[in-house]
Amino acid sequence: MAKTVSFTLNGNKVSVETDGTRMLAYVLRSDLGLTGTKIGCGEGLCGACTVLLDGEAVRSCSTPLESVAGRSVLTIEGLERNGALHPVQQAFLSHSAYQCGFCTPGMILGACALLKKTPHPDRRQVAEALEGNLCRCGTHVRILAAVQEAAGKGGAL
Amino acid sequence: MKRLDFLKATGSLGLFIVFPVFPAFQEPEKIPARLAGYPKDVNAYLKISPDGRVGCFVGKVEMGQGNMTALSMLAAEELDVPLERVDILMGDTDLCPWDGGTWGSLSVWQFGPVLRGAAAEARAILVQMAAERLGVVAARLQVKDGVVSVVGDASRHVSYGELVEGRRIERHLQDVKVKSVTQFTLVGKDAPRMDGRLKVTGAAKYSADIVPPGTLHACLLRPPAHGAMLLSVDVAEAEKVAGVKVIQNGDLTAVLHARPDVAREALSRVKAQYQPSPSTLDDRTIFEHLLKAAPPAKELVAKGSIPIGEARSEHSLEATYLNSYVAHAPLEPHTAVAEWEKGRLTVWASTQAPFPLRGQLAQALGLSPKEVRVITPFLGGGFGGKGIAPQALEAARLARLAGYPVQVAWSRKEEFFLDTFRPAALVKIRSGLDKGGRIAFWEHHVYCAGEAEAETVYDIPHQRILSSGGWMGGNPPGLHPFGIGPWRAPAANTNVYARESHMDALAAKAGMDPLAFRLKHLKNPRMIAVLHAVEKAFGWTPKPAPSGRGVGVACADHRDTLVAAMAEVAVDKKSGEVKVKRVVLAQDMGVVVNPDGARQQMEGCITMGLGYALSEEVRFKDGKVLDQNFDTYRIPRFSQVPEIQTIFIENPSLPAQGGGEPAIVVMGALIANAIHDALGVQMLQLPMTPERVRKALHP
Ligand code: FES
Ligand code: FES
Repeated sequence: MAKTVSFTLNGNKVSVETDGTRMLAYVLRSDLGLTGTKIGCGEGLCGACTVLLDGEAVRSCSTPLESVAGRSVLTIEGLERNGALHPVQQAFLSHSAYQCGFCTPGMILGACALLKKTPHPDRRQVAEALEGNLCRCGTHVRILAAVQEAAGKGGAL
Repeated sequence: MKRLDFLKATGSLGLFIVFPVFPAFQEPEKIPARLAGYPKDVNAYLKISPDGRVGCFVGKVEMGQGNMTALSMLAAEELDVPLERVDILMGDTDLCPWDGGTWGSLSVWQFGPVLRGAAAEARAILVQMAAERLGVVAARLQVKDGVVSVVGDASRHVSYGELVEGRRIERHLQDVKVKSVTQFTLVGKDAPRMDGRLKVTGAAKYSADIVPPGTLHACLLRPPAHGAMLLSVDVAEAEKVAGVKVIQNGDLTAVLHARPDVAREALSRVKAQYQPSPSTLDDRTIFEHLLKAAPPAKELVAKGSIPIGEARSEHSLEATYLNSYVAHAPLEPHTAVAEWEKGRLTVWASTQAPFPLRGQLAQALGLSPKEVRVITPFLGGGFGGKGIAPQALEAARLARLAGYPVQVAWSRKEEFFLDTFRPAALVKIRSGLDKGGRIAFWEHHVYCAGEAEAETVYDIPHQRILSSGGWMGGNPPGLHPFGIGPWRAPAANTNVYARESHMDALAAKAGMDPLAFRLKHLKNPRMIAVLHAVEKAFGWTPKPAPSGRGVGVACADHRDTLVAAMAEVAVDKKSGEVKVKRVVLAQDMGVVVNPDGARQQMEGCITMGLGYALSEEVRFKDGKVLDQNFDTYRIPRFSQVPEIQTIFIENPSLPAQGGGEPAIVVMGALIANAIHDALGVQMLQLPMTPERVRKALHP
């Protein structure tokens, strides 16, 4: 059933008129044109579609649109501030913590959620937080290093 | 030319430039003969715009391996322009020169010299033009940052941009030399990747992100099993979904909608009846089947005489090594978008081979190749699996029938069903040790993997190497229950796993330390140097296996890139769980174009290799692929990632080799050997799952 769902997306109010049971990832990508959120498995098993919902990392491919009504969604497109990269993005850049880049938006947002809760995680805590984010290219060691560096540089912002 | 503008956004790149200059090797290389198929005209590769930016056009694709940056560096180096002034456009069949496909770790090794040659020729022509313009002989000119000036009178200068004024370069020079290693100012130093900013901001476009106006997303009906025949189909319920269009045409049944998830949901309403697949194979019975059904053996090496070697042997050893089907599982599934305009087809596709795909599409659709344009956005991984792109033809056919642009993005389940897996394979090795603990003979017969690295790197007097069938095809029909194909370093993973495992078994038999045993059988000084480098970095203390420590070694020669690695594992004897704690890997890959990029490939190989070593195998039964997503098909995760150290052996005497594959080939044996050292059991099948480790301990 089509209905209007309103929420905050990257700091702006948006309303979408569609079936509220559709999953957020497809609404973001297809209805709203924000393609930075990737779909790698469609079933909550890879983390490529990770976005922040009120600051928590969620799998947008398995999050019904209606469940975000009135809440705040942050996607990779909303992470830069006035053209400046977020410290986590900056750290991924300086460590070349990506290869194909398909897992990268989800990794970065997963890391942001972690740093909010645990501003100074050790390597094991980063690994645990990102365990469900898959990277087929094997960029893990660099991602671990990048997230820890970002933690030292105000990545929790 | 939107994409090129887009790429300009990557402009501001800082270089950190401290790296030892390569010694010796003073002779400038001759321009390499352009490989067959690559155009000779420099304009095919390079365009210089009035503002001095260099557009670099290559038919390769960027799928994560960093060739976008490495190739740009080669062009910038030969032209003497800063890297940040190069814009590279890749994989567009209308704009880029022909290329055979991106695989086999060939971008730098095979195509690199072609691009360097073109850039060197362009530079020489530009200097010649400057000489005419400035009225001095070319020998008195120098080039810096794209500006040609008179040596000793820098006020007399002209830039590339001013010389060319955006036109084509209408000259041709022969026998231009490319730079020698000692002349490099850019190559050999760490350079940040050019795709970085796009990828950390989510701006990088992949095929699924391309949505021309009016695009419909198509989901196709697939059989439940390979070989299952469609008996009947009922699309009535799907057609009831608002906005849905159903297309049935020949072998295609597709549900289309403007929203991909709505199309997917509507497809689930299609009812179809199938005749079951005739296949009765499963992942346990497959090996016996392969052994029986494999094509006849081809003899790759026959050296000395096996009977003589046997007669000289005190001990002999025989073992069979198995490995399962493995999926490519790139994080981005196969995707394509097709748009028809006035009879001309444009396809955006996640493909490793845009030019071959153009030909295939033209042929299948009754067009001339000129009527087809393939554009390759970024790929979310390939690993050999995107060498074929059947989704592109599906999208093209559906777009023609629908009268709208059509996107086909395979679901993860389709990806696991339609992927061309790394073939399951067997390797039988027979060998013997003489009185002095030397290998007297070696017989290696590989079934169904392929030939790469079946040959041994060791000095053995009596050898026979055989290969029956492989990933390249030519197999009897029905050999495999589904499609197979090349998987990162095809065949080599299988052969090296068997060879290097067997070397450890022999070392144990000889009562020798596995490193010392290898060195005793090696003549190649490069291989010896790589092993010593890793020995030192790892802190290897010699002891025969099993020492209980859980340390292992393996080495390989992958197309002239030499690799040696050591690892330390911890094995939980009760659960059979293997934790890889540390991997040190050394590589001699000739001249290294972008060291940081090459390191990244080595780390990627090590990490990805953990998967086929420990957890990845495709389970199947009666034509059905039982693994359909990442819950049961386990690729490496953060908790499994070891401490990794990578080492380059400086080797300026060898041109740059490929770095995307070599390091992965040692991973199976490396971990098998470390487990052997820990537990004293040989692991004869990959992946070495906890269940298989328990079984090996308590047969
Ligand atoms: S696409 Fe959502 S978790 Fe994989
Ligand atoms: S960079 Fe390719 S999947 Fe992570």
